[in-house]
Amino acid sequence: MRNVKVLEGSEAVAFAVKACRPHVISAYPISPQTHIVERLAQMRADGELDAEYVRVESEFSAASVISGSSAAGSRSYTASSSQGLLLMTEVLYASVGLRLPFVITGVNRAISAPISIQVDHQDTISLRDSGVIQIYVESSQEAYDAHIAAFKIAEDPGILLPVMVCMDGWILTHSYERVSFMEEAEVDRFLPAFRPLHFLDEKNPKTWGSYAEDNVLMEFKYSVQKAMLHAKTRIKEIFSELSKITGRDHGDLIETYRTKGAEVVLVAMGSMAGTIKDVVDRLRSEGTSVGLVKIRCYRPFPHEDLWEAIKGARVVAVMEADFSMGSEGAVGMDLKAKVCGRPDAPLVLDFITGLGGREVNQEIIEGVVAEAQKAMINKSTFVESCWMGLDPTIVP
Amino acid sequence: MEKKAVPQSDAFVSGHRACQGCGMALSVKHILRATGNEVIVVSPTGCLETFTSPYGFSPWGVPWIHHLFENGPAIASGIVAALRAQKREHVRVLAIGGDGGTFDIGFGSLSGMLERGDDVLYICVDNGAYMNTGGQRSGATPTYSSTTTEPAGKMSRGKTQLKKDLPMIIAAHGAPYVATASAAYIKDLQKKVKKAMTIRGSRYIQVDTPCPSVWGFPSERTLEVGRLGVECGLVPLFEMEEGRVTSVKKIKKRIPVENYLKAQGRFKHLFAEGHGVKEIKEIQAMADANIKRYQLLKEDKAGKTTTR
Repeated sequence: MRNVKVLEGSEAVAFAVKACRPHVISAYPISPQTHIVERLAQMRADGELDAEYVRVESEFSAASVISGSSAAGSRSYTASSSQGLLLMTEVLYASVGLRLPFVITGVNRAISAPISIQVDHQDTISLRDSGVIQIYVESSQEAYDAHIAAFKIAEDPGILLPVMVCMDGWILTHSYERVSFMEEAEVDRFLPAFRPLHFLDEKNPKTWGSYAEDNVLMEFKYSVQKAMLHAKTRIKEIFSELSKITGRDHGDLIETYRTKGAEVVLVAMGSMAGTIKDVVDRLRSEGTSVGLVKIRCYRPFPHEDLWEAIKGARVVAVMEADFSMGSEGAVGMDLKAKVCGRPDAPLVLDFITGLGGREVNQEIIEGVVAEAQKAMINKSTFVESCWMGLDPTIVP
Repeated sequence: MEKKAVPQSDAFVSGHRACQGCGMALSVKHILRATGNEVIVVSPTGCLETFTSPYGFSPWGVPWIHHLFENGPAIASGIVAALRAQKREHVRVLAIGGDGGTFDIGFGSLSGMLERGDDVLYICVDNGAYMNTGGQRSGATPTYSSTTTEPAGKMSRGKTQLKKDLPMIIAAHGAPYVATASAAYIKDLQKKVKKAMTIRGSRYIQVDTPCPSVWGFPSERTLEVGRLGVECGLVPLFEMEEGRVTSVKKIKKRIPVENYLKAQGRFKHLFAEGHGVKEIKEIQAMADANIKRYQLLKEDKAGKTTTR
């Protein structure tokens, strides 16, 4: 009988991290991430978790501490949100270049200004170019499983990159769900102790973080892209290996939901996928030909899998909780550039939804489907992203 | 005079790309001879990082890591945590950063490390400006020094503020050992490094490292300029244990600050006709205050003249 508990999403993540036996955890408070590191601190205070726990003075140092400990050969972890993730940006880029395989939970929250503690994806999306692998989850169970996979992905000798598990603040971190836990021995077998080939070793001294320019910088950057490409294969294998142990299948780089024969395919990431699935079920029962593709792994971007999933559709409607000012939503851009830049591709519409915690409810989703159907009939897309639920009368 | 051979080590070897006469390179070589090779060194961005790490070349015979400019102390803290988790605590962690990475951009991270008391010996090789980028003003720049971002001119005498009193700020964090040293007094520097290595917790040594390129003096005069700084009282050398000054390096032969200032291009505007008289007086007053505060003269000890 598996260990099943009803608990907060944050607590599920804390248990997943504990099961991965990290050596070093750093912590700096920011909502809505805080419950994760608080729970880990309590586990340590109660003697249940054997890890060094470094309470830092900023997120910049939170990411730096785990960069140092990772370089010294220890499995390392922290969590953050929003402004904290942006403050870490420089550290993350450098740690990608140094190939430091730590894991971060990116608990999604809007970016100032206006200051807000509510959920959207602008924070983690802003890190998309850094070389950090990004996995988005829909539920607490998926968050639990993704964290256990994340360390294995990060530490894969062919990858060696930081991995960020992105989960929606409040909606996932602060709601209670039923979560099934793995046995300790199962996790240990799946994720053996971290034994890196290279670390700061006094017996075998190496120089880390060298200065490079036109002689070799391009090659270093390409080596990260090479690791990203390799990661596409390895992540699938690692997810599938984990699925075999847990019996739970969340999909691999993407999850497709009733996309077979769908004329309209919605594309989304994170917890809104759950609501979309309900709407898809209802619309399907009413005869509307609609399905969902949930992107689980956003970086590396799974464009081959996405093409397979959407190529039969007539319209693809991206629903995303981020925006690139002066352009459009980031996921929409990726999709158009990497997947749909071909004559036989479906129309792609980009919908901005749920910024600053605005509810992505059934009505919004139905509105997106209706717009997609209109575009299908008119055979025309729109140039600007469509901001769903925007009230033009109160735009400052 | 008896000459003793300096013990050799392979922790920091020649062949790096420092400027001729670099006080920092000289100091780092001798610091590592004092620590021995069971150390991991962290260097934030700066001259030291640049001249020791062109890809494919390294003078470092110990594990060395550069990550970013403002996080040297946090990287060091992370390494300490990992060593503790791995039970490799016999390996000591050394951070060596410039004054920009220590006084300014890395100060938040340094304060965090000190507050936690992480077991790091942090050494600031202080040349009083951002030399790696051409000599811009830092929090460590001395008063009335001309820098490229606060140059002397018709309407300017260079930096008008004081050098940040970082040793005292660090001592106020409760650091068990704080010291100042100079590239011109290598034995004193090594003695302090060795002492710091016997203590656990966050320790700090600030080394005055003359920079011929930006201070503006011929590269063979590094030690001489360093000595002038100490002998005039502007660069007091002392040790603090548990927040109290426990020893000072006495001035052998007191000299006026003019001798020190005149030797350097960064102060030459003070000697243009009719220009720097007031400023030099102010600088002299700072040196006098240091001499009084740290009791730097031989006769200072309880009014007696000591010979040693």
